[in-house]
Amino acid sequence: MVSAFSSLLFLFIIFAFILGEGLPLFYKVGAGKIIFGFTWAPTKGFFGIFPMIISSYMVTLGALIFGAPLALGCATYLSEYASRKMKMFLKPALELLAGIPSVVYGFLGVVYVVPLIREYLGGPGFSILATSVVLGIMILPTIISISFDSLMSVPQTYREASVAMGATKWQTIYKVVLPAAQSGILASFILGMGRAVGETMAVIMVAGNALRIPMSLLDPLRTLTSNIALELAYAAGDHRSALFSTGVVLLIIIMLLNFIANFWVKRKVAG
Amino acid sequence: MDVKVAIQQLRLSFGKKEVLKGIDLDIVKNRIYGLMGPSASGKSTLISVINKMISFEDGVTMSGSVLLDGEDIINGDIDEVSLRKRIGTVFATPTPLPRSIFENVAFGPRLNNSTSRAELHALVEQSLRKSFLWDEVKDRLQESAMKLSGGQQQRLCLARTLALNPEIILLDEPCSGLDPISTAKIEEALAELKDQHTIILVSNNTKQIARATDFVAFFYLGELIEFGATDKVFTTPAVRMTEEYIQGKFG
Repeated sequence: MVSAFSSLLFLFIIFAFILGEGLPLFYKVGAGKIIFGFTWAPTKGFFGIFPMIISSYMVTLGALIFGAPLALGCATYLSEYASRKMKMFLKPALELLAGIPSVVYGFLGVVYVVPLIREYLGGPGFSILATSVVLGIMILPTIISISFDSLMSVPQTYREASVAMGATKWQTIYKVVLPAAQSGILASFILGMGRAVGETMAVIMVAGNALRIPMSLLDPLRTLTSNIALELAYAAGDHRSALFSTGVVLLIIIMLLNFIANFWVKRKVAG
Repeated sequence: MDVKVAIQQLRLSFGKKEVLKGIDLDIVKNRIYGLMGPSASGKSTLISVINKMISFEDGVTMSGSVLLDGEDIINGDIDEVSLRKRIGTVFATPTPLPRSIFENVAFGPRLNNSTSRAELHALVEQSLRKSFLWDEVKDRLQESAMKLSGGQQQRLCLARTLALNPEIILLDEPCSGLDPISTAKIEEALAELKDQHTIILVSNNTKQIARATDFVAFFYLGELIEFGATDKVFTTPAVRMTEEYIQGKFG
């Protein structure tokens, strides 16, 4: 009871703290100038984080494009094709993947993904593409485990009915099982996106951290999270507040994603 | 008489447990066959051999043969998917798919992608009429099938099977969870369907078997105890055990 409420309390403290530190600047400078401002020069009074918002969205989307099909394929294999033994082996392996520290992913990104992109596609290598690939791998466990659970909760009778009507295994999967698990799968994508938006360390390492809107897949970028982590150590005054404002925007985005995910899961239970 | 399915010396084991112990049974075209017997007598297993759903189970060993129009479906390399288009199955519990009434019936025909929209509508209506459901659902075909009552769902499952125009219809205790009125409607539908289909009905309800079938096979612990015309078996059973089962002394 106490511990349950303590987590709620922490959530409340985090909220109060971030809002308390970040909101005043919104009043002082104007929300529009922060959210839609293009220039980030906090020591000179420019607090525009629009490029970072765009960048965060781009890499999140990129991560989904790389990670989601792979993760969905993996979850489908696990639930529909894998034998019990295979499941018992693969599920813990996936959980291990979730347990690897993000700095390790970032490290592998810098050592392997970035040079590959630089060599074969051009540009500095530190790019949307590199970040998307690394994030795409990082969100695999989240998407796989949630969509796997939702696939497993599809009643066996649906599969039997479909097969009895002369559907092949594959037809059964894409016409019956996947649609039935649809809401859980969508929720897993959204939670995966939440994970991608919030990821910091690996992104700092492979994104290049340039302060502009990236115009091609090979351009470097800076996300909301990187902005906070990179500058907080030396920021003071309004600069420091601006980083908290970045945090407020980030918090809203993640809350929104979680809200949507919950909404989908609930709809599935209801319908 | 035209033999549709010939079961010859069929033995089947799950691991070490033998559940079918050498079954011989000829199923003649355009008749309704009843399979009855207490639980664990092997009747549902026999059904799953005929529609090859048995291949989804682990640790099954089989011997003997099941001939469909003379073709061995156990040992031969018959395509299971096309086999199940020829042999429709209705399960004990209604298993509608979570989509509209129309989509449930159209599911099977759509798999082949060959039917036009107009044909599909005609086929859906025809199938729902045959299963005595059309009048109850004709105004709400786009509603979710999950909203139907249990009896309606089961008739929907029958309609869905009929939409594939199968040669054989297997019904595995289709009325076990239904009220008497729904049961009567299904039996009524079956009586009209035997002109075009061969029907195998598994049931624990001896009264239903007596009402609805032409021939009956009594199973007990994996053995075929007695087989014959339903009238004859129910009036003058040859085996004492059959008589006791029919009278409800065990089961």
